[in-house]
Amino acid sequence: MQVKPLVAALAIGLGSFAALAQTNTGPVKIGFITDMSSLYADIDGPAGGEMVRWAVQDFGGKVLDRPIEVLTADHQNKADVASSKAREWIDKDGLSMLIGGTSSGTALAMSKVASEKKRPFLVIGAGSARLTNEDCSPYTVHYAYDTVALAKVAGNALVKAGNKNWYFMTADYAFGHSLEADATTVVKANGGTVAGSVRHPLNASDFSSFLLQAQGSKAQILALANAGGDFTNSMKAAREFGINKSMKIAGLLVFINDVHSLGLSNTEGLQLADSWYWNQDDASRAFAKRFFDKYKRMPSSLQAADYSATMTYLKAVKATGTVDADKVMAEIKKTGANDFYSKGKVRADGRMIHDMYLFEVKSPKESTTPWDYYKTIAKVPGDQAFTTVAESKCSLIKK
Amino acid sequence: MEIFGIPHQAFLGQLMLGLVNGAFYAMLSLGLAVIFGLLDIVNFAHGALYMLGAFAAWIMLDKWGVNYWFALVLAPLVVGALGVLIERLLLRHLYGLDPLYGLLLTFGLALILEGVFREQYGVSGQSYPVPELLSGATNLGFMILPNYRAWVVLASITVCLGTWFLIERTRLGAYLRAGTENAKLVQAFGVNVPLMVALTYGAGAALAGLAGVLAAPIIQVTPLMGSNLIIVVFAVVVIGGMGSILGSVVTGLGLGVVEGLTRVFYPEASSVVVFVVMVIVLMIRPAGLFGKEA
Repeated sequence: MQVKPLVAALAIGLGSFAALAQTNTGPVKIGFITDMSSLYADIDGPAGGEMVRWAVQDFGGKVLDRPIEVLTADHQNKADVASSKAREWIDKDGLSMLIGGTSSGTALAMSKVASEKKRPFLVIGAGSARLTNEDCSPYTVHYAYDTVALAKVAGNALVKAGNKNWYFMTADYAFGHSLEADATTVVKANGGTVAGSVRHPLNASDFSSFLLQAQGSKAQILALANAGGDFTNSMKAAREFGINKSMKIAGLLVFINDVHSLGLSNTEGLQLADSWYWNQDDASRAFAKRFFDKYKRMPSSLQAADYSATMTYLKAVKATGTVDADKVMAEIKKTGANDFYSKGKVRADGRMIHDMYLFEVKSPKESTTPWDYYKTIAKVPGDQAFTTVAESKCSLIKK
Repeated sequence: MEIFGIPHQAFLGQLMLGLVNGAFYAMLSLGLAVIFGLLDIVNFAHGALYMLGAFAAWIMLDKWGVNYWFALVLAPLVVGALGVLIERLLLRHLYGLDPLYGLLLTFGLALILEGVFREQYGVSGQSYPVPELLSGATNLGFMILPNYRAWVVLASITVCLGTWFLIERTRLGAYLRAGTENAKLVQAFGVNVPLMVALTYGAGAALAGLAGVLAAPIIQVTPLMGSNLIIVVFAVVVIGGMGSILGSVVTGLGLGVVEGLTRVFYPEASSVVVFVVMVIVLMIRPAGLFGKEA
């Protein structure tokens, strides 16, 4: 068989394609890297990638008379996979903007690449507040939430309700560490104490022995500084061992998918912080319905933010008439976001300041329609929810 | 009284929890050891079969209201039947080849099965309730043990011992072992060896399925539950000695305990401690703790 000519033809085809990408008439490329297959794949994952595509479609599929192309990849929660993919896309494909999905370790690694290569990097799923503090960059926008906001919104409410003594069960990587540290700060600032903490590996198979240690601490609050599958399995084991009878369990990062998979009877009364809930207003409900029609479930706040962030970026490109990173970043920091997900401003450190919410999970009786899970307890304005200018450890912030 | 700086009550509690996890390791590594010992197949699909067992139980409950006790029998049968199909349709063609082919085939199968369930059910998982009869907990004096976990240890040890007895102490087991030593000769005595081999793989798969059903009320039933566990279970088999049935059971329980204690003394290392043990064992006894030197 004549394989060689075929291969040669392919090589030429690919070569010219790559060359095309680097010109100003080729497509504007947006990259989305997240956990597509492991424990965070439901809260963001492939559906998150589809939201980026929806935003591109709704924007008209073109910007500056150039088609828009969306690239997606699975980082498998590995920082090295995430950063090398980002590097490859920027170097070989001429990527214009990168969206970072779940997992803080990967986001911190990608932010280094994006800042070195000067590409806007919009972080959605990752929570570590280091992204806009110690590790801040002029090209990073931390779009949805962060560990400081989770700690301030959920933590404050709990301590003020009289739960002064805390014990942490923490996922042993960047996100868990940040969340534990930020929550500890909030607890102590409100006159509470921390009895101790135990760290479990990401994607742990069994939580019972960690839970038993937590129970031994005799603290009032068992704070779960983990997420996704780790959170659901912790909750499940905690109920099995009756820990919820001696301690109040607080999930510091809970998504609606977790509540759905555990069921209301297992989560009733749980208070949680989030940046968005589908059943808030008409625009959000319209977006959620469209999502539901395709996926038969409701979108998480991250999936809504994936859509919103893509839109915000494309609007900035259109307004400035270029994909030049510095100009686009300046525009994003000037105008911020304004849609169903968020009406936020982006600060110099890259932190988007917008409203956060404290929700409480409804009881099975209170829930009247499918996915009707939360009632809003408090709406916390952005300047109270996130790191303040005075607290910031970012060198880009002028104090 | 304190043991290594922690109260002895907490110590005993952790020991007990280690045993519960060890029970799963034992049952899964037992299936692997049976399949490897008799078929020479490194069954990487074992984790996926375990996941299938849990999903089968959940689907039966969700769709047809089949309760836990029926699922405990039906789900392993379903998974076992699938195992027989896999052996007859796919694995059969690989006998006599390098074991690597079997490994790759079963690994591919595992990826496909997981992918299909991920596509269908997502990764957040489904909640399977603890059966009524076993809900509640018993105060053991040193800890409050959920009744269900006690049942898991009991069920697993019974199944493991039963399997060991079947293979090492019965006529059927003797046929099996003889069939793998010299298939032609055994066939000459009128024994249907291919059928026996297919049923063996089916039985190994059913064991994985049973472990899955037992796990369903404890952890979220997710497509990933198998792949999270399978690597550790392989390490257990390697430490116990590939193909050694009793070895895999004892090692499974033992490593569960080792892992449990690591979670207390140095939790950060709890996900690697099994592999550290594996390295040490392989350096001292390359054939594993209970394996025969080749």
